[in-house]
Amino acid sequence: MADAHLALQEQFEEMPQQKEAATLGMWAFLATEVLFFGGLFLSYIIYRTNYPHAFAEASHHTVVMFGTLNTAILLTSSFTMALAVHAARENNTKWLFRFLLVTIVLALAFLAVKGLEYREDLREHLWPGPHFRPDLPPQAQIFWVLYWIMTGVHAVHVTVGVGLLSRMAWMTSRRKFSDAYYTPIEISGLYWHFVDIIWIFLYPLLYLIQRYS
Amino acid sequence: MNFPLFPPEASKVAQQTDYLYWSLIAICILAILVVFLPIVYFLFKYRRGKKADRRPVHLPEIPIEITWTIIPIVVFTGLFAWGANVYWTIERPPADAMEIDVVGKQWMWKIQHPEGNREIDELHVPLGRNIKLLLASQDVIHSFFIPAFRIKQDAVPGRYSELWFKADKLGTFHLFCSEYCGTHHSAMVGNVIVMPPDEYQKWLMHGAPGSSMAQEGERLFRAYGCSGCHVQSTIVHAPPLNGLYGRSVPLNGGQFVTADETYLRDSILLPAKDIAAGYTNDMPSFQGRLAEEDVMKLIAYIKSLSDTTP
Amino acid sequence: MNTATETVAPLIEHRIAKNYFTEGGHTLKSWLLTTDHKRIGVLYLISIVFYFVIAAIAAALMRMELITPAGDMVTSETYNNLFTIHGTLMVWFFLIPSIPAVLGNFVLPMMLGARDVAFPKLNLLSWYLFNAGGLLALYAVTFGGVDTGWTFYTPYSSTYSNSHVLTMAAGIFIAGFGTILTGLNFIITTHKLRAPGLTWFRLPLFVWSMYSTSAIMILATPVLAMTLTLMGIERIWGVGLFDPKLGGDPVLFQHLFWFYSHPAVYIMILPGMGVMSELVTCFSRKPIFGYHFVAFSSVAIAVLGFLVWGHHMFTSGQSIYASLVFSYLSYMVAVPSAIKVFNWTLTLHRGSISLSTPMIYALGFVGLFTVGGLTGLFLAAAGLDVHVQDTYFVVAHFHYIMVGGMVTAFMGGLHYWWPKITGRMYPEKFGRLAALTMYLGFNLTFFPQFVLGYLGMPRRYHAYAPEFQIYNVMSSAGASILGVAYLLPLIYFLWSLKYGKKAPANPWKATGLEWQTTSPPPKHNFHETPIVDTPPYQYSAEATEAELLSISNKETPYG
Repeated sequence: MADAHLALQEQFEEMPQQKEAATLGMWAFLATEVLFFGGLFLSYIIYRTNYPHAFAEASHHTVVMFGTLNTAILLTSSFTMALAVHAARENNTKWLFRFLLVTIVLALAFLAVKGLEYREDLREHLWPGPHFRPDLPPQAQIFWVLYWIMTGVHAVHVTVGVGLLSRMAWMTSRRKFSDAYYTPIEISGLYWHFVDIIWIFLYPLLYLIQRYS
Repeated sequence: MNFPLFPPEASKVAQQTDYLYWSLIAICILAILVVFLPIVYFLFKYRRGKKADRRPVHLPEIPIEITWTIIPIVVFTGLFAWGANVYWTIERPPADAMEIDVVGKQWMWKIQHPEGNREIDELHVPLGRNIKLLLASQDVIHSFFIPAFRIKQDAVPGRYSELWFKADKLGTFHLFCSEYCGTHHSAMVGNVIVMPPDEYQKWLMHGAPGSSMAQEGERLFRAYGCSGCHVQSTIVHAPPLNGLYGRSVPLNGGQFVTADETYLRDSILLPAKDIAAGYTNDMPSFQGRLAEEDVMKLIAYIKSLSDTTP
Repeated sequence: MNTATETVAPLIEHRIAKNYFTEGGHTLKSWLLTTDHKRIGVLYLISIVFYFVIAAIAAALMRMELITPAGDMVTSETYNNLFTIHGTLMVWFFLIPSIPAVLGNFVLPMMLGARDVAFPKLNLLSWYLFNAGGLLALYAVTFGGVDTGWTFYTPYSSTYSNSHVLTMAAGIFIAGFGTILTGLNFIITTHKLRAPGLTWFRLPLFVWSMYSTSAIMILATPVLAMTLTLMGIERIWGVGLFDPKLGGDPVLFQHLFWFYSHPAVYIMILPGMGVMSELVTCFSRKPIFGYHFVAFSSVAIAVLGFLVWGHHMFTSGQSIYASLVFSYLSYMVAVPSAIKVFNWTLTLHRGSISLSTPMIYALGFVGLFTVGGLTGLFLAAAGLDVHVQDTYFVVAHFHYIMVGGMVTAFMGGLHYWWPKITGRMYPEKFGRLAALTMYLGFNLTFFPQFVLGYLGMPRRYHAYAPEFQIYNVMSSAGASILGVAYLLPLIYFLWSLKYGKKAPANPWKATGLEWQTTSPPPKHNFHETPIVDTPPYQYSAEATEAELLSISNKETPYG
């Protein structure tokens, strides 16, 4: 049984206040993340509007299979994360730990698939620069710059998530959580769902739009 | 000791800008008095230790706040409209303006008159004529600034921008680059020389090179193989250029675009961008092979194919 | 009757006082690993003074060069490095942290009746991120410099510059996360850690300003982070989103950059306005006039500040219609600032006004900020901006606001809260002298620059046309006076740490919870959480004067 009192930090009067502060803090942080990715999405929209033809051609070379597989993996991981939070709420430490572990494994699978995809992209000379495949118009490089940066920054966030969830799993194994105190699990869940939502926007923009035009 | 306050006022736009400036100064002085005088008064009357009536008084807060919110909004809206009016004039070149091409590069201004005359860091213009500058940059962003006319416009690489003026005073006026562009930004300066129209003609002829810009453009057109596809070729299907400039061009996606300088420049340097309806993406890009001045010459030539007047 | 609390900490002053200096450890380690918001505020003060000095030296060298029209003191490369160093260090490593990270950190939790901020460890992390970024910036400065200007316009920054652009950009990026953490902390603290009875409309206006500033910090800074990343990637890879050869648009960088940087300038004035409300009320012994309007105007400035970025781009080739929309909104964002100035002015009515040093700074703020704000009206007029954009007119405008406004308010706040922070009084006569010197020196430095700008002298010019010289000489003369004005407080503040009069808990007899505890405060701020049941600024000018009369000849140098 976790000792909820030990978890109360001295700047707070009571646990509910601390929990609300932590949750509000995570939401505020996620707002900053929306703005962080926002510039990338804005640039994508602007250039796609200006160069529809080049962007269509460029996006034909993304590997839809990998993208779709990763979407399924990430969505499932969001589900298992929600199950982990639920387990915490039900004081089920055993399943909390298991669901956290499954989520981490799925996240690592996402990164592995991404790695395979990147390798394929490089083999197809889709790295912008002097060796970019010449059969595509120059503005296609803008699409691919955005592809690498958007998926790269997202992958960094997935990696941070792996670290975060690993720490959560470790803390669970150390019996730090119970139904009286599991706030870090909840706010980690918020973070993880956000990472998933970003991907939900990336997937159609990079893989689906104009694919079959 | 000389304390200049204004650059020379050498155009009507300069005059309009100065009127706005003076009015703003007047408004500012008024605003400063409205704030400072009460403060100074209060500082004296209610200085600590000075006898005065300090009983709390309930001033009507909401009406006061509303008043001093509405008044600034009204005044500012008026100033906005005035400024917008001047801006509208500055940003929209008259249709009859005589065009001179300018290319900015680190760290000089290269000017080309349509007659073919070239200058560096100096711009000779006739008095009393609408002049439109077509601005381009070879490298980084520069800005063409003539304080005497109260105008400037950024020269952005990858696109054309325009700047127009009508000088109504003779003389030599400063030309400054006003967008930081690297090491010798402060040396990218020159002169705008306004001459009487007949002297301007003399100057043109005196320094005339063999060919006009359009003629130079035609030479380039042939040298770079453009004629191979664009002049009645039976082998390659490329859009004809006679009468193209200024026309509305249907594109492959269904939209229409006006064939202005920007369209022509993009067609030469980024041909995949806007493909004309009924054509395919076959034209090679001349990016990196043509300097900005050369592109301008080609455009001058293509424009000449639309001229009905000689 | 100045107390706003029911339960007040006993104000027993021991010979060896228990305060946040003496409690919590004496070692360097205890300071470097502190989570006490007060110690972190002090740490920030030391850091930002360091960067201020470097940036000020850069300015001094620039002003020396500009005494003569020829570029003969330093090379062009050096000059370009100097103005870049001055701008980047002043903006990101001095001004943006200044009031928030020093005064905000120290005072905000106390104003709320809290023991600390919501996330004390993140607070410490923010200081480390700030300094990590600062180290990178220092590296860039020391080993060759950066020459892009603080605005990093592409393609010069992404392709052409041969300076330490990446290092400086990385430094700013990292320091930016420090800013975000500070803002995040303040927002959550204000929401969740207010003392019982302290409703939103009982908060001191400093808190409203800090809250609005924090909202800008957390929402705008990430955009800067991404923009610098994109510019950096283009620099490393040689290809990117701003490269015209691929069809990229260099002006897109400007949109992204200014979307952050315009709100950022409100980060660099709103906190000053917050300090103003505290000073004007205390030193005129009056409640603020129009509390709600002043509070909401902070929020309005924060919101509208996000909608005006295009006024930096009237001559960039952006659409005329876009320019006109930005012009109108730029006028509208000036309205809440005007409202504040009017409210402070009317607060003085029937007050009991003391011209102590903090008040002199406050009055200086009104003078200088008003001029700076009014010249903003010139720049918002699109047609007039075409002439003065990128000239010294703009330089004068933003220095009037950032230095004449924000730095003046920072100095005022520093003098006001110095007794609380250090337990010492600064020497009042030197305080007033420095404030007046600053005011004179500042005007001499920057007013001629308005004239220079309208005459046509462009910014970032190492050498200039001869007819500009007279005003440059005036400006440089003013700068030397300004230098003295900033040196004085540096000296006497340090002096006061050892020799200054010991300060009582409430030397100014101010309202506000931070004054209801000792100077310096104990580690946990309050012995018991205070309870609030009154509005802020419960001053009475009448009572102050009556008290003075009853004391008759006795000198009360404070308050």
